[in-house]
Amino acid sequence: MNSILSIHTIRFFALVFVQVLIFNHINFLGYINPYAYILFIALFPVKNNRLILISLSFLLGLTIDLFLDTGGIHAAASVFIAYIRPVILKSSFGTIYEYQTIKFNTVDFGSKLTYFTLITVLHHIVFFSLEIFSISKIILILQKALFSSIFTILISISITIIFSRKNK
Amino acid sequence: MQQIINFIIRNKNFLLFLLLFGVSILFTIQTHSYHKSKFINSANFLTGGVYNSANNISGYFNLKSQNQLLAEENTRLRSLLSNSGIKVDSTYIDSLSFNKAYRFHNANIIKNSYSLTDNFLTINKGKKDSIKQDFGVISSKGIIGIIDKTSKNYATVLSILNTTSRISAQLKKTNHYGSLKWNSINPNIIQLIDIEKIAPIKIGDTIITSGRSSIFPKGINVGVIENFQLDAAENYYEINVKLFNDMTNIEHVYIIENVDKNEIINLQNGINE
Repeated sequence: MNSILSIHTIRFFALVFVQVLIFNHINFLGYINPYAYILFIALFPVKNNRLILISLSFLLGLTIDLFLDTGGIHAAASVFIAYIRPVILKSSFGTIYEYQTIKFNTVDFGSKLTYFTLITVLHHIVFFSLEIFSISKIILILQKALFSSIFTILISISITIIFSRKNK
Repeated sequence: MQQIINFIIRNKNFLLFLLLFGVSILFTIQTHSYHKSKFINSANFLTGGVYNSANNISGYFNLKSQNQLLAEENTRLRSLLSNSGIKVDSTYIDSLSFNKAYRFHNANIIKNSYSLTDNFLTINKGKKDSIKQDFGVISSKGIIGIIDKTSKNYATVLSILNTTSRISAQLKKTNHYGSLKWNSINPNIIQLIDIEKIAPIKIGDTIITSGRSSIFPKGINVGVIENFQLDAAENYYEINVKLFNDMTNIEHVYIIENVDKNEIINLQNGINE
């Protein structure tokens, strides 16, 4: 239990720092940045209390907002995906989720990709709608969400592959 | 009563979500209105400190191009110094009291941002260096923005690349003026609106600040006209201005303090009453 707690604390701070100091300065093609900090929410243990996840997501989003001067945009998007995560889990992993035995290291690649894609796209749509904050620019919102999602998914998958523990 | 408590317990996840989502939306709405972002800004001790130490390292990577910029500016100032010499305004007898309406401070950008729709920068000067809200910020090439929030050691700058920013600007060759805003598409191009239709504009004309807002002095460079068109009502021009500044690569900036600002504002308020 203790090791799980420390892993998640370290992951929280590591993701915040990497996001703020590296990922936000990539600006690929002028404006495309990955928002890989949502890995924290995606990889949070399934068995744990949802209240804790929602509160922690808020804290995570707000910390990112504090650094990037973005008001509460990241917090809102993070809280949103944290709340609807059970639905996404169910639709991407199906019956394994019912028995609450998902280990993100062991699930097969296809459903993991679906899971990350769903969570990233939803996060980005909420995020960019709030950031641009105008219905008339819906094309710009969708365009930014699409390009950034591709980038985020690539980065997230790479991070999980690099840091996954080998199962012997 | 029992039922209310049961309801809360049953829906605690949803209620917590609603509460936190509401709070975040509130913060978001606050940042979309000018000078309202009270709590969430990067000018505080923690974020400012982190950015400052990161900037200490990353500052080395573009030392060369920044030195180049500073050297260019030195050359320009030196040529001004040696050429300006004897330009005496006959209304001023005491030549020392002249030209003191603006005070300059220098600072470094420790956090730059240009890919969002509302961009804020963070600089490493704050209240301790008597930086206050609504001071202008420029680089050696042109304008950058206006000071928004200050803490003891840091301040945030409302960039010109921010959809809520409005800065008064004019044509260099005539005095027709309008306001600068940004349509959040390209970080090199900003829009100048409300220029009268009768103004003689051409592609390549220079745009400078107009000095009407008492934040920037008159004559700070902004950019050149890239292209222009009439607005929907065909009364005013909408002009795309290409910035002299590369907003994606700025490090050393100057903060402009208008010493007479309070006097000007008091005078103008007196007129309105």
